[in-house]
Amino acid sequence: MDRTGHTTLAEWSSADDAAFAAAAEAFREQLDAGYYAVVSEGEGQARQVTALPAGADLVILRRPIAGG
Amino acid sequence: MTAGGTAAGTLPERAGVAWRKPVDARALGARGRLWTLSTAAHSVPFVATAGILVGIEPGLAPVSLLALAHAWGIPELYANRGAKVVRPQRRRDAAAEHTALGLLGDLVGHEARELHARTGLVAERGRLGVWLVGEAGALLVRPGGRRVHCWCVRAAEESLPSADRTAHLLLALREDETGFATVANLAFSGATWRVARRLAPGMRPALRTAARMARG
Repeated sequence: MDRTGHTTLAEWSSADDAAFAAAAEAFREQLDAGYYAVVSEGEGQARQVTALPAGADLVILRRPIAGG
Repeated sequence: MTAGGTAAGTLPERAGVAWRKPVDARALGARGRLWTLSTAAHSVPFVATAGILVGIEPGLAPVSLLALAHAWGIPELYANRGAKVVRPQRRRDAAAEHTALGLLGDLVGHEARELHARTGLVAERGRLGVWLVGEAGALLVRPGGRRVHCWCVRAAEESLPSADRTAHLLLALREDETGFATVANLAFSGATWRVARRLAPGMRPALRTAARMARG
């Protein structure tokens, strides 16, 4: 998620190793930039991930939150 | 434990407020009682003063009324501070708002999407109660629907569209509800009806819905 609403950084499939490697690289760059990665697991549930899960349909990168 | 020093399944932001005790149901109950005591401590002296003044000299009734107004007004000011945590922020880029709304809509069900469209708040049932998540804060209606806790919390990125700010908070809440409440700052805890009066009229249906869900 970013100022444009959201940007698709990478798309991959478990059958395409090159696409997954590129996605994993983009993923690591975003984590290094301070984003947290979250996999939505249906209503009411989400899980933070620190490695790109090959089987996930969608991984969302969010900024940290803080008390206002 | 993860590399960040937080236990798996906990919000990583908790590491930044490591001195805070986790805000679980018991801690929420204690905080609620403290707020009630604090409100009473602010209001009761004015009520007592009003009674004493009229008892001593009925002609001082106008001054007594002033004291009663203070007794009523102080909790209202606190409730207003609580309600402000979900006040809508300034909109920036309409296209970005539209895009962000699509992502937020994908994260929630039909009813929550419809409620958000009407009120700007996303209702989310949790273990601690029913949450209403806004752009820069959240309301937690406790089971029973009579008490609401108002939390000031936001994504650390001011340029995000409003729906993205809400989605950030929603995802963090879903990751770790206790962690979310621990990281957030409590702005107010008190009667649901008192907060409802201070909310923008367009947002009140969301609080009514959350209170109904919390009673169910």
